[in-house]
Amino acid sequence: MPGLEDLYREIILDHYRNPRNEGTFPTPPAIKAEGHNPLCGDELTVFLILDGDVIKDIHITGQGCSISRSSASLMSVAVKGKSLKEVDHLLKIFKSMMSISTNASGEPEAVEPIEYSERELGELIALQGVVKFPVRIKCATLSWNTLVQALEDRAS
Amino acid sequence: MERMNTPTTATPLNVTEIRKDFPIFTHQNGKALYFLDSAASSQKPLSVLQAMDNYYSTTHANVHRGVYQIAEHATELYEGARVKIGRFIGAPNPARETIFTKNATESINLLSTCLTRGRLKKGDVVVLTEMEHHANLVPWLIAKEQFGIELRYIKVDSEGYLALDNIDEILSGAKVLSVTLASNVLGTLPPVAHLAELAHKHGAIVIGDGAQFVPHMVTDVTDLGLDFLAFTGHKMLGPTGIGVLWGKSELLEALPPFMGGGDMITDVTLDGFTPNELPWKFEAGTPPIAEAIGLGAAVDYLQDLGMQNIREHEIKLLSYAFERLESNFGKNIVIHGPRNIQDRGGVISFDFRDIHPHDISQILDQSGVCVRAGHHCAKPLMRHLGIAATARASFHIYNEPADVDALVDALGKAQAFFG
Ligand SMILES: Cc1ncc(COP(=O)(O)O)c(C=O)c1O
Repeated sequence: MPGLEDLYREIILDHYRNPRNEGTFPTPPAIKAEGHNPLCGDELTVFLILDGDVIKDIHITGQGCSISRSSASLMSVAVKGKSLKEVDHLLKIFKSMMSISTNASGEPEAVEPIEYSERELGELIALQGVVKFPVRIKCATLSWNTLVQALEDRAS
Repeated sequence: MERMNTPTTATPLNVTEIRKDFPIFTHQNGKALYFLDSAASSQKPLSVLQAMDNYYSTTHANVHRGVYQIAEHATELYEGARVKIGRFIGAPNPARETIFTKNATESINLLSTCLTRGRLKKGDVVVLTEMEHHANLVPWLIAKEQFGIELRYIKVDSEGYLALDNIDEILSGAKVLSVTLASNVLGTLPPVAHLAELAHKHGAIVIGDGAQFVPHMVTDVTDLGLDFLAFTGHKMLGPTGIGVLWGKSELLEALPPFMGGGDMITDVTLDGFTPNELPWKFEAGTPPIAEAIGLGAAVDYLQDLGMQNIREHEIKLLSYAFERLESNFGKNIVIHGPRNIQDRGGVISFDFRDIHPHDISQILDQSGVCVRAGHHCAKPLMRHLGIAATARASFHIYNEPADVDALVDALGKAQAFFG
């Protein structure tokens, strides 16, 4: 069985205890989307301030477990100031890190359908251990899915 | 049959012996398994597994059809299980009134569907409580949306009891009261017999959701004053895929059928059909035969132990758990629901510091302690409590003080970990 340290890295606990970019923004000018994880009742709202195709600022509120809260905080740091294209790339590599398949002995293992370097992930790499706890993957991806939702809502 | 609630002095359960009957406890490769999630689904004794295996290995055939020996024997076993299960809940006419379904959820959907098809009128009032499981909530919300019934709710007070001060007002003019016999979140045991009496005075029929009650307590539908009772096999040592709806004969007879198909008719023409007699009128298609037989074996197992003894056992575990949790963690733990142990079933939902239940259950899992974390399919209740999720430990016959000790130790680790 994977150990707790695989899941609860120091960085994760730090972002959980001291979430970055916490709060709301008035809409407009901000756009927002709400995300739910029906399994555990986690909820969060992502607020984005866009400047052209750059995420100028981001705030997140909500409630949830340490993984969903810290992932949201880590994401906010990772995407702030980035262009939508860069964000899209980050999203892809993050999702790729979070996706699992099972190996021959039936154990979950990470698949890496796209090439990326750990450096690109930055602090997000701290969430790597989550794939060893498949039920928690949804917690880690909730904020990212909500971010995508906000951007899609804007587009439509 | 001897009434089940006669013993006044309880015989303590021999948990060491009981655990030997449950293969899951010996199949952990030496790892400890502190299973505290029976409210979600209980473990199964060997006798239940064997009953189903024997049936498949020796006498499987479809029921109510073949005129050959193994088919007749299969029918006997299936119908025998029905009678046994009906007696277990004190059904006056177990052979006719005990209907097999897939689970408690289907039993309640059967009722909401057939009642709106056959008994209720648009605008009729159905009374529920704020502490219902989604299984006794969403079927009625569908009926509201599709058919136009009206819903009223009995509120939950700050201690986790039903608020009954304006109960006559709520029940006034109501046609149905559908209420849980034991809350899967708070553990609350509503005063169902009293509520049923009031509801009947107001002319309403009374449905009990026994999913968390029947597995743990002496159940007598007449003493409880029920017209219908829904419960589910997998929470009472039986297999998944089998549930029960009990109903008073005259009420069941007056309802239209639920699903249509084989077995639920006596005659069919191209223009119409004549429904079958009770209980088959409500059992369309090939039923879960092995599962019914398995549930019958589960009822045997429970009855051998004695439901009163089981209840006493759980009360002892609850008391021990309250005492240990509160003496170890004091204000850091908040246990939801009634303080009086006698007023609650064997579930303990709690908040622990400000650690999210998901994180708690993850850390507990590292020590082999299985608890449930989440909204427990009772979102309106959770909203009322002002929380998104709780952790929940729940008991059954195979639990012992060592399970509670493991829970307390593991919570200590969570506390140290999250600081
Ligand atoms: C109070 C209550 N009612 C109904 C149900 C539904 O049982 P099932 O899922 O077996 O239909 C549950 C199960 O969690 C329950 O706790």
